[in-house]
This record gives sequence, structure tokens and C-alpha cells, in this order.
Amino acid sequence: MTINNTLKANLALSSRFENIEVAERALLDLCRRAGWPSEDDYWLTTALREAVANAIRHGNQQDPKRLVRLEYSVHDSTVRISVEDEGSGFDPADVPNPTDAENLLRPSGRGIFYMRQFMSHVEFRSTPSGGTAVLMERKLEATDGNPD
Amino acid sequence: MKSNIRDLGDIRIIELGGKITIGTGDVKIRELVNQALEDGKKEILFDLGDVKAIDSSGIGEMVACYTTVTKRGGHLKLMHLSPKINDILQVTQLITVFDVFDDEREALGSF
Repeated sequence: MTINNTLKANLALSSRFENIEVAERALLDLCRRAGWPSEDDYWLTTALREAVANAIRHGNQQDPKRLVRLEYSVHDSTVRISVEDEGSGFDPADVPNPTDAENLLRPSGRGIFYMRQFMSHVEFRSTPSGGTAVLMERKLEATDGNPD
Repeated sequence: MKSNIRDLGDIRIIELGGKITIGTGDVKIRELVNQALEDGKKEILFDLGDVKAIDSSGIGEMVACYTTVTKRGGHLKLMHLSPKINDILQVTQLITVFDVFDDEREALGSF
């Protein structure tokens, strides 16, 4: 396997759920060009889809005039993803643990949990305009294609 | 998302394929379950054998369907999980909620 030095991509997408597919295809294209193994695609794209879906639904309130800005980079054995919305921000600490017994049958609230399970590192920051930026990393060696 | 329906006695088997994801697949499975209940079918078996991906909205909708069917006195069970979907049910601990089967005959006999 050969991983090239650094490849980057930037996208700005309107807040429509169908654009999640665009975000996914762009990430996979970058990963292929960088030599990232396809065995890792499932967990990488699962985390990406959750972050973009949250930006569209919760951040931008599905307003197609608001943009979701994406930055991807692949460097050596690490994929970094930034997903930024134009919403009014939130505190991830307010999201209850979906695996607690009292939350198991809740129909929502698993997106951030997915991201944290499937990526090596996830953090949330406020943007200068008050929105939310999600920064995620997945290291090839750390995860070896498994979510654990 | 693709779907196909088979009825075996009182049991409705809903075969799902493709992606069960936000905006499309999640709504579709809700419609399929509502249709089953309208048709008087309260024993429902999801065949996930051809499902390629399921996001948190898809999982959430499956949980909502489980709750709806259970409240109507029925059962919603799963079969033919891929290893990745099985992993997702494990990490979300929903494997403790759903009855899961590899074999259709065993699944049908469990209702």
C-alpha cells in the first residue's frame, strides 16, 4: 500500500440531504487518489455522513441557502475531515449517551456516538459566526478497519 | 433503498436492500411498517441481507418501528445482518433490543 504525502479537497454544499452522497463520493475519490485502502471506507463514510447530516438538519435547519463547508485531507496514514455549518451552535455535552438503558429506545441521538465510535478523534468547535465545526480524524493503524 | 414484501401466514417479511439512510431509507421503512400494520400484519421480520449501509437515522427509524409494532401487540425481528450492521447493533447496544437471526426458518419459528 502506498499513501501519498498530502491530498486536500474543499467543498461547499447547500443543506440538502441528497448532498450527503456528494460529500461521500468526494471523500472516497480523495482517499483512492491518496492510496487509502477501500477496506476502511465503510467506517470513514459512516462518520462523515453523520457529521454532514447533523450539519444539515440541526445546524442549518435544512435551509438550502445555508452552506455546509467540508475540508478533507489525507496525509500519510491519517484522514482529517472538517464539517462546518452555519447554525447557532450546540454543546455536545448536552447529548445523552444513547447506550444508557433509558435511551436505548430513543429514535434519535446516535449521530455523535457513531462519529466517536468510528473515528480515532472527534472534536467540536464553535466557528467565528457561531456555527459548529466538527473535526474528525481516522488513523489507519489505530483502527485497522474495525469500529472498536 | 430497495424493498420487497413476502407474507408467510401471519408474518410479513420485509426484504430491504441498499442504503437505509437519512431522507430516503429511513422514511421508507416507516411506510413499509405502517403498511404492514394497516394490512393487519403485526408480526414483522426485516431481512437486512442486501442492506449496504445504515446510518443513525436508519437505526433510529428501526427503533421507532420496533416501538410502534410492540405497542400494537406485535413483534419486529431482524435477520441476515451483515458483519458491519451487526457491529453497529453491537456498539449501539441495540443487539439487546432486537431478536436477530441468521436462519429464516428459525426466525419464522420464533414468532
